[in-house]
Amino acid sequence: MAVETRRRGAVGQSVRKVDGPALACGKPVFTLDLDLPGTLVGKILPSPHAHAQIVVIDTSEAGRVPGVRAILHHGSVPRIPYTTAGQGWPEPSPYDTVLFDTKVRFVGDRVAAVAAETEDAAEEALGKIRVEYKVLPAVLSPEDALAPGAPMIHDEPDADGIYDAQRNIAAAVDIPVGDVAAVLAASPVRVEAACEIPYSQHSAIEPHCVIAYFDDAGRLVLRSSTQVPFHVRRIVARILGLDPARIRVVKPRIGGGFGSKQEVILEPVAAALALATKRPVRMAYTREEVFVASRTRHPMRVTVKLGADRTGALQALDMEVLSNTGAYGTHALTVLSNVGSKTLPLYNKAKHLRFHGKAVYTNLPVAGAYRGYGATQGYFALEVAMDALAAELGLDPIELRVRNHIQAGETSPIFEKIGEGREGKPQVVRSCALPQCLRIGAEHIGWREKRGQRHCDGPWTYGVGMACAMQGSGITGVDMAAATLLMQDDGSLRLLVGATDLGTGSDTILAQIAAEELGVPVDRVLVYSSDTDFTPFDTGAYASSTTYVSGNAVLRAAQDVRSQILDVAAGALGERVADLELADGMVRSRRTGKALTLKDIGHRATYVVDQKQIAATASFTCPESPPPFAAFYCEVAVDRETGVVRVERFVAAADCGVAIHPQGAEGQLEGAVLQGIGHALCEEMWFARSGRCVNAGFFDYKIPSALDVPHIEAILVPSEEPTGPWGAKSISEIGINGPLPAIANAIYDAVGARLVRAPFTPERVLAALRAAGRG
Amino acid sequence: MRVHVELNGVPQYLDVAPGEPLLSLLRRVGLKSVKEGCDAGDCGACTVLVDGRAVRSCLMVAPQVQGRKVTTLEGLGTVDDLHPLQEAFLETGAVQCGFCTPGMILVAHELLSRNGDPTADEVRAAISGNLCRCTGYVKIVDAILLAARWKREGKWR
Repeated sequence: MAVETRRRGAVGQSVRKVDGPALACGKPVFTLDLDLPGTLVGKILPSPHAHAQIVVIDTSEAGRVPGVRAILHHGSVPRIPYTTAGQGWPEPSPYDTVLFDTKVRFVGDRVAAVAAETEDAAEEALGKIRVEYKVLPAVLSPEDALAPGAPMIHDEPDADGIYDAQRNIAAAVDIPVGDVAAVLAASPVRVEAACEIPYSQHSAIEPHCVIAYFDDAGRLVLRSSTQVPFHVRRIVARILGLDPARIRVVKPRIGGGFGSKQEVILEPVAAALALATKRPVRMAYTREEVFVASRTRHPMRVTVKLGADRTGALQALDMEVLSNTGAYGTHALTVLSNVGSKTLPLYNKAKHLRFHGKAVYTNLPVAGAYRGYGATQGYFALEVAMDALAAELGLDPIELRVRNHIQAGETSPIFEKIGEGREGKPQVVRSCALPQCLRIGAEHIGWREKRGQRHCDGPWTYGVGMACAMQGSGITGVDMAAATLLMQDDGSLRLLVGATDLGTGSDTILAQIAAEELGVPVDRVLVYSSDTDFTPFDTGAYASSTTYVSGNAVLRAAQDVRSQILDVAAGALGERVADLELADGMVRSRRTGKALTLKDIGHRATYVVDQKQIAATASFTCPESPPPFAAFYCEVAVDRETGVVRVERFVAAADCGVAIHPQGAEGQLEGAVLQGIGHALCEEMWFARSGRCVNAGFFDYKIPSALDVPHIEAILVPSEEPTGPWGAKSISEIGINGPLPAIANAIYDAVGARLVRAPFTPERVLAALRAAGRG
Repeated sequence: MRVHVELNGVPQYLDVAPGEPLLSLLRRVGLKSVKEGCDAGDCGACTVLVDGRAVRSCLMVAPQVQGRKVTTLEGLGTVDDLHPLQEAFLETGAVQCGFCTPGMILVAHELLSRNGDPTADEVRAAISGNLCRCTGYVKIVDAILLAARWKREGKWR
């Protein structure tokens, strides 16, 4: 639902998704739905060891398997260190990865790759590659990684950008503001919360996949399920020593990403196999490979210390992070930084702050970007600490937030101190409807009636909890998006954007933004996106950027096209531009009432007078990153005998500015909350002592089904972001930050036990009950 | 070997390998709405209807459909002539990335053929074997309830 909607033209309308009918009909629009004649199957040989040196690799027998066309390993490709993180330039993640290495660093690491005529032949060949390993002691926890004398995971001399390879530290930050230690010590009320998040996986239903082939001019085409086509092009060119101009990357429809496809994983392998065989090569991860060898959320322990006076005014806030980046440091620094940069500004009343932490290597699967991007981990600890502080003060948790949260017109030093792997930029929050989110969410859940009641029904005890969050809209000073808008001879429009729709609906939203400016129905705007040959640059779909950054680029292009349309009309009608208005597909003179249709204008410009293509290309960089805000409320039932937690209701009230497409925005919020509930209740990758993941599939790694979650109530609370396209901010990530702390806090309300280690499984709930003396 | 099957209403002979999964056969003959998400029967993305019942095509071998009717999403509606379930999924915003959509719609189709007036809980139970990672299931449930209402109102063909 949306609270009060402001009717405009195309903006604010839940129009039909531009790609909706094709998707609803199962048209062949995804990466692997393309059959090219002569396509080979590419497969990867995974490491069976968590940490080992490759002594010998012998492919002679494998090469004799009928149908095998190429086998690649460290001896057959150039060694060029890179990062798989699909980020802007300069890349903030360490160059600690090569296409194939002489050393493996986790169970599932890439040893070799095969291209064969059939899947069976490829599998058979993998089984016949003989590898002799020298097994090394493995590091299976961040604590062990930091222990003196721990095995060094990245001892290769050509790695670049690692903070301290000797000590297995991929990245570290320490950002003090004021004197947190002294002020904490002097604070009348202090609380501390240390919260842990385990390995969890994005679980997009479409596995990672790519087809590499050559076009008629012999250029390499990568049809990939990616969030970052332009970064793929740049990175693959560098790794394989190709001219980027000889590479085209196309992103068709993609079956979910959530950050896991902001990584360049399969593309260079498929490209190398295609180059080696001169044949098209398709590669797709199995579900097991997605779990083990794509990317995961960074497991973390986040410790928050709060100091406040007796009224609940925060005085000091210390946040310390220990992040496990796994075997490679992709996104290690930036996810770590975002734990603080996306959370600490929320409570800007605390003047003394410190944010410090490390991201360390282990011999476990590789963590990377995952929706929330560190903020999810940070909010778990911060909002549990805030709940504990409210309890300590005897204050309503909502009231504690109201007294401390940032408001429109205010700032936080953190915006300037912590950026994306470097310093940030100062920023004032211009729109904030968090007070309304807090109030409306509380009304919906029935906070006043339910809080602290501990209503029981047999073994079940009920409780309510809440949490707040903010996020950002794009990366300040880094993100850039461009859009090209053309008017055709029939007056319809063609919008070309590098932006990457991941199922988020951004193609539709960007069409709406253009349609609103030009006063046309959305179906008059044809959108073509995410093709490095045919669409202008865009950094890609991550950091909640597309609506805000790409949307602003589209709006600028549309403004330019609008002015060109009015010029043509003014000439045709013999009027001054100042007297013309553009609405409902017509240009009309306010003075004389004379009018022209857009079709007339398109025809005239194309064929009749002063012939030219009406078109504009515009760019937008992100001088600031306006945060969306949200308040989350949930009601849980806790079975005191078994420790089972049921989420009975979940309410998420979010301020994303003006929702361009309210139904899509609700869908983003609902889906993010669903993933967050999964994090809170059931999602965790388990590892054997060998470092092997033992639940790499949906049977054992449980993601929520429709029966596991309640009806999620998503409420859009409008504000107007003055720098946003038509007032919009982001919505895609924020929802995932709420469920962990809100559910933990609701469990506390129900049974008085603090859950600080996710997921809140029955065993952990019972242990927490016993620890609290309530079991 | 060769099987005789009625595929989306068209009787035909298809050459199959004895152990070939039904999923692979259907994609091989161009029915790309049938998606592979896990190859283990856990996610439901490969759901098709065999004699009107929703099955996971990754768990069946192709010869099992000998003499039977197989329906994939291609057999329901087209972009110009949507099936009411497809219309309802679009109307309610139940299609996000669209990868689970074919399976969801086919499971919904089976549910509504058995139960024309399901409750939200019954819809949730029916789709509980089909995983979606984009939505919170809210709009998928809404879509199926809307399609059920249209069916009761006689709006289905």
